[in-house]
Amino acid sequence: MVKTILDELIETDEFLLAGNTACPGCGSILALRYVLKALGKNTILVIPASCSSVYQAIYPKVSFKVITFNVAFASAAAVASGVKQALIKKGYDDVNVAVWGGDGGLIDIGAATVSGAAERNEDIFVFVYDNEAYMNTGIQRSGSTPPGARTTTTPLGKIVGFKKPMSFLMLLHGVPYVATASIAYPTDLYEKVKRAREIKGFKFIHILSPCPPGWRFDDSKTIEVARLAVETGYWILWEGGYRNGKINLNLSPPSRPYKDPSKRKSLEEFLKYQGRFKGFDEHSLKKLRDWIDYQWSFIDNFTRDHA
Amino acid sequence: MGIYDVITGNDAVAWGARLSRVEVIAAYPITPQTTIVEKLAEWVDKGEINARYIAVESEHSAMSAAMGASAAGARAFTATSSQGFLYMFEMISWAAGARTPIVMAVVNRALGPPWNIWSEHTDALMARDTGWIQFWASNNQEALDSIIQAYRVAEDKRVILPAMVMLGGFVLSHTAMPVKIHDQNKVDQYLPPYNPPHYVLNPKLSEPFAYGNILFPWDYVKVRLSIQKAMENSIDVIKRAAREFEEIFGIWHGDLIKEAYTDNAEMLIFALGAVAEQAEATAESLRKNGYKVGVVKVRITRPFPKQEIAKLANKVSHIIVIDRDISFGWDGILAGEIKATLHEYKVDTPVTTKIMGIGGDDILPSHIEKAVKEIYSK
Amino acid sequence: MSGNTNNHLILPISKPTKGAGGKTGSWRVFRPVIIEKKCIKCMMCWMYCPEAAIEVHSRSEVPKINYDYCKGCLVCKEVCPVNAIVSERESE
Repeated sequence: MVKTILDELIETDEFLLAGNTACPGCGSILALRYVLKALGKNTILVIPASCSSVYQAIYPKVSFKVITFNVAFASAAAVASGVKQALIKKGYDDVNVAVWGGDGGLIDIGAATVSGAAERNEDIFVFVYDNEAYMNTGIQRSGSTPPGARTTTTPLGKIVGFKKPMSFLMLLHGVPYVATASIAYPTDLYEKVKRAREIKGFKFIHILSPCPPGWRFDDSKTIEVARLAVETGYWILWEGGYRNGKINLNLSPPSRPYKDPSKRKSLEEFLKYQGRFKGFDEHSLKKLRDWIDYQWSFIDNFTRDHA
Repeated sequence: MGIYDVITGNDAVAWGARLSRVEVIAAYPITPQTTIVEKLAEWVDKGEINARYIAVESEHSAMSAAMGASAAGARAFTATSSQGFLYMFEMISWAAGARTPIVMAVVNRALGPPWNIWSEHTDALMARDTGWIQFWASNNQEALDSIIQAYRVAEDKRVILPAMVMLGGFVLSHTAMPVKIHDQNKVDQYLPPYNPPHYVLNPKLSEPFAYGNILFPWDYVKVRLSIQKAMENSIDVIKRAAREFEEIFGIWHGDLIKEAYTDNAEMLIFALGAVAEQAEATAESLRKNGYKVGVVKVRITRPFPKQEIAKLANKVSHIIVIDRDISFGWDGILAGEIKATLHEYKVDTPVTTKIMGIGGDDILPSHIEKAVKEIYSK
Repeated sequence: MSGNTNNHLILPISKPTKGAGGKTGSWRVFRPVIIEKKCIKCMMCWMYCPEAAIEVHSRSEVPKINYDYCKGCLVCKEVCPVNAIVSERESE
């Protein structure tokens, strides 16, 4: 029998253990499940304040089967830098050091820290599971909350602000590996992490992780929502980086059809499941479409000039 | 053999770090600490020290990186002052809770606004509640030696807490003094390599575990109060480290405190760091003029040398505490702690707080003499 | 040092454990049930279970739901391409 990626996945260990304290249907732990399968046991996770600090469960037990270091909110990428440098000094430079955190800790409060680590090209992974708000503290808006979304600090919908394009920012730092992913395409995520593992230097992977309580949809719809995000062009799957004197950005197979706007499902398909977009007005809808256009425009320009 | 050189306090600190064979340096500049990280950078680039040098983008990240490096089993070093110290404050606290025996040099500098780059002790004193061991250097030799002693104490398996070594901004950091730069072999004899006895972030050396995930209050109490127990243990460890340092290097800076002219003193002056040396020089001349004044250099503020201070206070009729700091709405910080100590030990010697040298304002012998004479005249 | 010589070093260190959050199966309102004869062994339910509460050892077996830990999110039911998973209300 030909060994497929599914066989490979079934054979690899589960490092994310069942019986954790994540919400039912959580997008983030599904993402972590695949990230850890790809990284393996030779891994240290550095985790800032986030849902992942909490879904590890409670002392003296933990739901992750890799070494995990819990750290203060903004500090993760710097702590990871220190860990990696120490391991290099001690002769263990093949250990995977990975930051695993949310959009709050890595796109807002930790943005400077992540940027600094990227600028130094630290040989670490930074994984952002983006559930588009500060979910752990009860759904407050972050810089990654999309325009128009309701959160407890934007009860009428996010009017001030855009969605910070963190993965584009990371690409522009000139780091060797940047990618986006979605939990609806776990094999895509798994293979991206495996490819990233081969690269020395700063690796940034931004994973859209729908959140049932935060986005207000039924627990069972997590994958459906994550898939629609891609199919409507809202979330773009790509992979790129600056290597060998060239900066590149390539659309991943699931997103390629949606380069053509006419192939995209209507945005309402994505919005309809989510209570956070209820009562979405025209102004907000326009801003959201603007943000989608902005992303595709960046990708078009980038791939044209830097093909 | 060791060499003598005339070097600034910052260079002395850099030598202390070098001789301690630090393995990871997290560096961020801030006046008046900057020449420490510059010196270390020079040596790293020349290959004179074999350390990883992380030029981080903020002090908060400097402490974060030092903590990560220490948790992964490396001997880590960083340095800061004033605003930078405050910026990294949550990580200072985190590093103690993570039981990472980092050593950090703090070059004391006043806080803004308004901007001020000169010496004041309030910055480091603000961290007295964090679980860090606190050393105060009164001259450049002590600055160098305290870095080495700090690693020895911090990494002791009965302690395992980070330690900070303070030196006055410009007063010591940028003032050149004769310093003995010890022989590396002697330092190696005194300070073995760091070998974490408690945990290490390395999957090649350890089964998987998580550090610091959520726990219930009844467990937190045990974990956190073990830091207090470590502090209590550190008292003997500090004393022993100072004694053994004297045996190997022939230099005594005091252990928790250092006394000068305390024999048959009627009055004692307590102070930190370079201020204590200033007081000592003043006491010498006061003694010649018949004032029976002694000086106690409080070398360690955490763990606070309660017993030692109470014992000395008991023998005199008055105490002056010179505080180059202030806790607004309270008192000079050192004075406040001494007063509390005397109360605890039922010593009723009166204590006068003298707030001096705020913002780097001069502390002259005449100021100290005036304070002493004022008390005598009453 | 008297007594427990390590009481200065009580660390918040946790060990990896399945069910670290308890028997999270008790969270369920509805339980997913795989209808074995309908199952085509595509492994989608196993792949998409956020909990890794569905266990499988090879592609030739029907996946098994670990009811000790299954939280009843029903993502598996949604992703099954042949509707081989139904939901049943938990009794009591």
